[in-house]
Amino acid sequence: MMQSPDLPDIEQRIALLCERHGCEPRRLLQILIDVQEIYTFIPPQALTAIARHLPLPRVSVEGVAGFYSFLSLEPAGQYRILFSDNVTDRMLGNEELMRQFCNKLWLEPGKVSEDELVSADFTSCTGMCDQGPAALINGWPVTRLNRERIDLIADLILAKSPVASWPPTLFEVNDNIRRTDRLLDESFEPGSAIKAAVTRGAEAIFTELKLSRLRGRGGAGYKTAEKWITCRNSPAPARYIVCNADEGEPGTFKDRVLLNRLADTVFEGMTVGARLLSSAKGFLYLRGEYRYLLEKLEEILARRREAGLLGSNILGEPGFDFDIEIHLGAGAYICGEESGMIESLEGRRGKPRNRPPYPAQHGYLDQPTVVNNVETFACAAMIAVHGGKWFGETGTWESSGSKILSISGDCHWPGIYEYPFGVSVQKILEDCGAQEPYAVQVGGPSGILVSWQEFERSISFEDLPTAGAFTIFQRGRDILEAVRNYAHFFAHESCGFCTPCRVGTQLQKKIVDKIANGHGTASDLEELKHLGHLMRTLSHCGLGHAAPNPVLDMLQKFPGAYEQKLTSLSFEPAFDLDAALATARRITGRDDPSAHLP
Amino acid sequence: MADEKRKIRIATCSLAGCFGCHTSMLDIDERLFDLLEMVEFDRTPFTDIKHCGPCDIGIVEGGVSNAENAHVLKEFRENCKVLVAIGSCAITGNVPALRNNIDLWDCFQEVYLYDPGTEGKQIPNDPELPLPFDKVYPIYEVVKVDYFLHGCPPPANAIWKFLTDLIQGRQPETGHELLRYD
Amino acid sequence: MISTITIDGKTVPFTEEQTIMDAALAAGVYIPHLCHNPEFKPHGSCKLCVVEANGRNVTSCTMPASPGMVVVNDTPELNEDRKALVQMLFVEGNHICPACEATGNCQLQAAGYYLHMQSPHFMHFYPPRRVDASHPDIFLDLNRCILCELCVRASRDIDKKSVFGISSRGIDSHLVVNSESGRLGDTSMAVTDKAAHVCPTGAILIKRKGYTVPMGKRLFDQKTLPEFHLEQQKRVEPEDGPDGG
Ligand SMILES: Cc1cc2nc3c(=O)[nH]c(=O)nc-3n(C[C@H](O)[C@H](O)[C@H](O)COP(=O)(O)O)c2cc1C
Ligand code: SF4
Ligand code: SF4
Ligand code: SF4
Ligand code: FES
Repeated sequence: MMQSPDLPDIEQRIALLCERHGCEPRRLLQILIDVQEIYTFIPPQALTAIARHLPLPRVSVEGVAGFYSFLSLEPAGQYRILFSDNVTDRMLGNEELMRQFCNKLWLEPGKVSEDELVSADFTSCTGMCDQGPAALINGWPVTRLNRERIDLIADLILAKSPVASWPPTLFEVNDNIRRTDRLLDESFEPGSAIKAAVTRGAEAIFTELKLSRLRGRGGAGYKTAEKWITCRNSPAPARYIVCNADEGEPGTFKDRVLLNRLADTVFEGMTVGARLLSSAKGFLYLRGEYRYLLEKLEEILARRREAGLLGSNILGEPGFDFDIEIHLGAGAYICGEESGMIESLEGRRGKPRNRPPYPAQHGYLDQPTVVNNVETFACAAMIAVHGGKWFGETGTWESSGSKILSISGDCHWPGIYEYPFGVSVQKILEDCGAQEPYAVQVGGPSGILVSWQEFERSISFEDLPTAGAFTIFQRGRDILEAVRNYAHFFAHESCGFCTPCRVGTQLQKKIVDKIANGHGTASDLEELKHLGHLMRTLSHCGLGHAAPNPVLDMLQKFPGAYEQKLTSLSFEPAFDLDAALATARRITGRDDPSAHLP
Repeated sequence: MADEKRKIRIATCSLAGCFGCHTSMLDIDERLFDLLEMVEFDRTPFTDIKHCGPCDIGIVEGGVSNAENAHVLKEFRENCKVLVAIGSCAITGNVPALRNNIDLWDCFQEVYLYDPGTEGKQIPNDPELPLPFDKVYPIYEVVKVDYFLHGCPPPANAIWKFLTDLIQGRQPETGHELLRYD
Repeated sequence: MISTITIDGKTVPFTEEQTIMDAALAAGVYIPHLCHNPEFKPHGSCKLCVVEANGRNVTSCTMPASPGMVVVNDTPELNEDRKALVQMLFVEGNHICPACEATGNCQLQAAGYYLHMQSPHFMHFYPPRRVDASHPDIFLDLNRCILCELCVRASRDIDKKSVFGISSRGIDSHLVVNSESGRLGDTSMAVTDKAAHVCPTGAILIKRKGYTVPMGKRLFDQKTLPEFHLEQQKRVEPEDGPDGG
């Protein structure tokens, strides 16, 4: 156990902090995020003090603190830089930038400097793929990193300059909206959707929703009207509305732009939902990476309260009470899974629940809860205003409306593109200026790796469903490297609850690494298929089910990506024999022939 | 095997093991004579043969702890049609693998520098000495293994059943009563 | 009217609130399991109990039975998958059975025997894990922990002490105890606690008791895992039904 640092007033500070959060156990994650902001890590005494104030068993507090990767139980430095490690950041050279940064500050990746000033590490995709390579500095996004910016950042750190006074250009985040359609074209008058819901009545809006055939934009494509009706039909003292802004799927960043541009529409969609489901409380679950949007979103909420669009007696309607609380995440992709999200909202580890029951029946605090994606709520608001027919005019029968895509990778104009559903991959590639496209990862690593032979396929629930990620690889890109990046992503983000995913994602990662390092054999390919089968059929939640997707797609569609890397041998050791002797060589000072293995 | 008369040729060795599996092999007692009717031995700790030649069956006890272990194991794999991992050490690393979570440098210091009996107090660097790996590995992580016979050591009955199955061309099976990891 | 499901063609009755596992065990039908223990709230993490119900893979210890459900359980394919899960549990920890006090009494080991696991098959992780001998009566060896959370559930739900919990994530997930020092000896754990006696492996051991029963005469030297689990079910049934939670 690490030596506890001396923090004289920690008891009082934690007591105050807990009080500010009403000493509510469900606020535990929010409290821990505050502690991390104050101390730059979570000291052991803080865990004990929090446990006493909430009150909760200390193990529970420690368990939550240990779950989220932005929370650190050991000193992580006054400056903590986390390099985004999506495949697009890789293609833009983030590894080299990390090396440069570490060299400049005498750092070892993943370890805090001896003076506890600074640490550097990688983190999963931060949602800045159209303006990477990106990183988070003490939680604040920096974009378009290059050698000059890294030098500048290193100098600022060495000068111990507070992050708040760094040049704002470092933190500039652009929307990069390149193509608009139904949703982004239409202007939106705050209050208009709520007004429609109040004047036309809940039943009418339900009818419009059904008519619109709206399906969830978060990936799975569940029919929104059905989900809401299930929730409404579940008898309960309270119902909850949760907006899923976790946007953890690597390569997805459209919810960030929606929240930056259309927050009113999104909040309004939630409020319409509240009206339909008689809910009094909603949450926006905002991923930790988008913490920089928090103040702005809080302001919008405050403005809406003032305008009578939130709070009690909304639009003067007696008993129409609804408010929205923003809940921050802290670096856990699994919290995007709706039941993991609910656990997290309740202040626990973001471990997906057993299903059934589904959240629409038993969700937050065991009450019926709808969890929907940011874009889904924006669509719902537009449907309330313009009607289901208007919405259903675009797209295809199975996939009505439009979809906002987050396009990045090898193309001229990365950014946000809105298309009617049914658009072909080919058309998108042409529009965004992709040159010699070779493969596209549609829907992120959980989605489908589409090869150049399939570019006529369409973005739709019936063909290529996607939450929005569209990552382009041009000819010459190493598909195996991309798949390796994805395999590492899943291994890092597995919540660890169930055996097949906890162990399977690790084994998958090790074998893909082995192949990439030139030690793979035909039997390793069989092993990957075997692991894929185990994860797909035995895992507890969607993360484990999807974890083998990129690997299996590669095996099937891109034999060229790995075949020439395989050795002709039928078997290769799981590890590098000669490297496993290196330590002993160093210790003994030997370098004779028998101190080596071929 | 065209020639009915030809005896099955077997090689055995102990890598990072304790010879317990070999001792257990001898524990098949008088059945040893029946066995010798059917087989002849290439390299084993019971013969003087130093290198493994072409064999039908190779039986390996012990995990892979150092460079020499790896050489011997590879030689077995190259020369034996069928390779058998016998005993928990060959299959999991077992007790020798207890060192896997101790830093190799700490191990060396403990053994060569701190132990009061050691003279001269220096870490040996003689090329004759097998150089240790950073960890002890089960043999199946180093070469392809065809069959496993678990146990520490596997009981003589299990060994007998296993070997007779194998020699007589049956799929060797160790059912519940004979399968043991301890 | 009593509702029924079928498991491998056999008709099995069930009552409201029963899971597939509950119904199966009550009827003497064995579905392999490790993290399930009828005395505690179901957990659903090891996944050994996955069966096919109406054509879909489900976790039988958490999935409620529903009328007419057609369950496929004891097939070579599912048992192969279960064996792979046991192999995963072996390689992710440090299981040195010959040197483990629990050998012969260990359900992980017995699951390996039942599923004919001849080797751990996958590459070993050899993770550095903690051992904790600070408690006067109890020994904690995380090298052998399979994260079934039975001790967590027992301590929280029965002993009302919450001595155990899980921290970290993914492959780093590990058991933690309720003290700032991180030592079991500094918690309120007592050897009489339920939590001291539910570990299916050798991760929680009672000191000075390890070799009172000699090797060769232990639990799984006498019986198979299915026999043990079906008897375990019988022991809880007379009380308050198989749900436990
Ligand atoms: C591992 C995992 C991560 C997920 N991440 C997200 C996410 O970041 N955003 C999201 O909207 N849905 C995510 N989902 C899907 C949600 O579980 C849920 O289906 C969705 O929020 C429902 O909203 P919708 O019906 O509007 O699509 C994820 C699912 C899984 C299994
Ligand atoms: S599948 Fe993976 S992420 Fe989902 S519960 Fe299991 S371990 Fe956790
Ligand atoms: S806990 Fe069980 S499987 Fe692990 S070493 Fe002990 S006896 Fe073997
Ligand atoms: S210590 Fe034992 S009971 Fe507790 S989680 Fe680990 S294996 Fe399960
Ligand atoms: S017994 Fe059902 S998941 Fe472990």
